[in-house]
Amino acid sequence: MIETVLIPLIKVITVFIAVLAAVAYMTLLERKVVAWVQSRLGPMRVGPHGVLQPIADAFKLLVKEDITPSQVDRGVYTAAPIILIVTALVVFAVIPFGGETVWFGRKISLSVADINVGLLYIVSVSSLGVYGIILGGWASNSKWPLLSSLRASAQLVSYEVAVTMILVSVILTAGTLNMAEIVRAQLHAGLWFVFVQPVAFVIFFIGGLAETNRSPFDLPEAEQELVGGFHTEYSGMRFAFFMLAEYANMIVVSSVATTLFLGGWLRPFPNVAALSLLGLVPGWIWFSLKVFGLLYVFLWVRATLPRYRYDQLMRLGWKVLIPLAIANLIVSAAVKVLV
Amino acid sequence: MGEAIAFYVLSALILGFAILVITTRNTVHSVLFLVLTFLFVAALYVLLSAEFLAVIQVLVYAGGIVVLYLFVVMLVNLKRPPEAYQDAHRQTWLGLILGGVVLAELAAIFTYSLVGTTTAATATAAAPEAIGGNVERVGWLLYTDYLIPFEVASMLLLVAMVGAIVLAKREL
Amino acid sequence: MFDTSELVINMGPQHPSTHGVLRVILRLDGERVVASDVVIGYLHRGIEKLSEHRDWSQIVALTDRMDYVAAATNNLGYCETVEKLMSLEVPKRAQYIRTILAELQRIASHLLWLATHAIDLGAMTVFLYCFRERELILDLFEEYCGARLTYNSMRIGGLPYDLPVGWDRKVREFCRIQEAKLVEYEELLTHNRIWLERTRDVGVISAADAIAIGLCGPPLRGSGVSRDVRKDEPYAAYADFEFDIPIGSRGDTYDRYLLRLEEFYQSIRIIRQALDGLPEGPIMAKVPRVIKPPAGETYHAIESPKGELGYFIAADGRSTSPYRFRVRPPSFCNLQALPRLIKGHLVADVVALIGTIDIVLGEVDR
Repeated sequence: MIETVLIPLIKVITVFIAVLAAVAYMTLLERKVVAWVQSRLGPMRVGPHGVLQPIADAFKLLVKEDITPSQVDRGVYTAAPIILIVTALVVFAVIPFGGETVWFGRKISLSVADINVGLLYIVSVSSLGVYGIILGGWASNSKWPLLSSLRASAQLVSYEVAVTMILVSVILTAGTLNMAEIVRAQLHAGLWFVFVQPVAFVIFFIGGLAETNRSPFDLPEAEQELVGGFHTEYSGMRFAFFMLAEYANMIVVSSVATTLFLGGWLRPFPNVAALSLLGLVPGWIWFSLKVFGLLYVFLWVRATLPRYRYDQLMRLGWKVLIPLAIANLIVSAAVKVLV
Repeated sequence: MGEAIAFYVLSALILGFAILVITTRNTVHSVLFLVLTFLFVAALYVLLSAEFLAVIQVLVYAGGIVVLYLFVVMLVNLKRPPEAYQDAHRQTWLGLILGGVVLAELAAIFTYSLVGTTTAATATAAAPEAIGGNVERVGWLLYTDYLIPFEVASMLLLVAMVGAIVLAKREL
Repeated sequence: MFDTSELVINMGPQHPSTHGVLRVILRLDGERVVASDVVIGYLHRGIEKLSEHRDWSQIVALTDRMDYVAAATNNLGYCETVEKLMSLEVPKRAQYIRTILAELQRIASHLLWLATHAIDLGAMTVFLYCFRERELILDLFEEYCGARLTYNSMRIGGLPYDLPVGWDRKVREFCRIQEAKLVEYEELLTHNRIWLERTRDVGVISAADAIAIGLCGPPLRGSGVSRDVRKDEPYAAYADFEFDIPIGSRGDTYDRYLLRLEEFYQSIRIIRQALDGLPEGPIMAKVPRVIKPPAGETYHAIESPKGELGYFIAADGRSTSPYRFRVRPPSFCNLQALPRLIKGHLVADVVALIGTIDIVLGEVDR
């Protein structure tokens, strides 16, 4: 009873709260980091150095009047942001935040569900997130937001192909689809996979930028875009859900990249006994540090680069990234067979 | 026991949503119910311990194919063609005939599977038993026994892709 | 097989990227612009008509409001035109200071251009960096004449104030800072692949087309035509200084970007030369208390940051207001190129092309 119900429940609640807090504070982190790059300070008033800003934002969005435009399809209008945020949060069920630990005499693994097809599960749930965007645009009941949302989803689908090919190369190198096993494979290999498959890491990161509609691939939601994007008709908490889903997706991409390429919960140089002092730091802290490192790169890229035009974006995805990903796959397979 | 309950609940949901697919007026709603149907079919696969198939079902069917259906449905404003209103019964007759054919086919498969259990090829079962895990077994089968259909399927997809590009390109 | 139709879409007058109240009506075939129409007039305030009822000296304050991004340039053009009509000789010191102010305005205007052009194409950080430097220029002007945007900084016959103590040291300091920061902007944009892809071969105008449409300023020079009023018909103290005119070759957005970036360096060069050679002397010529130019008409042009800014003034010799005051705004003339520029491009390029012409609606509409 305790094993099957209580412990998973505790895990689910912990992960849920941690992720929601992370997503909320990502909004603040984004504003702060981008501000510091631009020689200004960002939010400073609410709480010391703006630390309570997300709470103020959440409160404001919650008490905002819930406006539903009259001509929209009620069910779809409400469902779109829900689909987006649910598919983003559900992925965290298979991400291993830490290895096997012993709590109160019981051995538990620090991931909510340890399934054998973890990586594929992540990809499939992410591909369901496309519906949120399509339906959000359709629910606006006007032609241009619809076309804009279809464009955004075409972008997502295209980069999904490259990302999935990369994941196949990682599966080849690790030999398993189980997320925790992939981390252990890096432990056995003694090397983080980013050193074994650097091209894969770069392509995965670029694909992740495109998947989460982040700069430089954020034309569908840019303010300079000629017409409104897929979230034009949304306000209040529903709009907040779209934004939260975007940040949640960013954290998902960073978490998956950390697990696959940066050694998950392993400390740096996990096999070097001389550095075993680092082992005092629990695995999930290493994991969080790595995830936040990658998130910082997301923000850094946003503050620095101009944005791609839509056709250039699609050309990059189809004509550059996919051939590179396929080449990477072939080379990994060849190396795996020959070595 | 729990499995049986899960099975019946899932089947009821699948059937319910499938009926909603064909009875809804709004085409977009119809497609969305189709997605839900596929998701519950994936749940059914999980119940049958075929996790790999479940995930692939979501990834390919619900997350890929139906998205493209949705694109087309949204871009092309579909309305019921005027002929449909004239003879309301024509579709019902067609439906009954086709339904009868499918029912006969299902009955045939059922009886054949009951009769032909002993003659089921056990030879192919030997090799994959040695390899554990869902993914490994499917992979093994795909690349040994079903290699030709696999290659043919990929050729089919290539032809479809080239055809789509040829149709959509402005100048070639 | 399928029935396709063109989409007519309206951009503006309220839009983050139209740099003012500009309305562009686009006819699209899919994503490509097939035809377009530019609607202006949303910022028309009747400056030319108002001038007919103002004293000659009062009009200086009106001219500020045209190109409000580089207000002192408008002041300069107007004052010089009236001085030309009155055949007034402006003292050397005033000429030099006027040149320094005009070049500071060129830098300020180009900073704003770079900021908005970059943010239109997604590079948010350059926007804030440029505005940080523009603040320094605004501070310099505030110290000189008391205002940050609409300066009223020149008078017919010279200048109202002499330089404050220590101002030239501050200008030198600004030049030093600006040169260092220009390296920062170039690091972020000039060799950035995404920037190159968004601006290379986008909005190409041939030299013949540019002359035929009547372009001026950086859009003209970007297409390879060497025409700069400071060199061809020197005014103020420009004849005394050595500087180069950057010329583009391909006539695309990237060339215009590089050109304006080089103009930064040339402006700093001119300012330094002017500060080094600043003569002593009066800052105002002998001008009667009530300014009344003799009857006649004249046209005088200067090189504002946006192009050739011309004033045509007709005086009837009797009244204290001009008979006719007509401005030839460079933005208005350059804006004519917009429909031809955006034809055939994608919708996302329209904002880049509006930015590359560098218009100010205050000037276009007056």
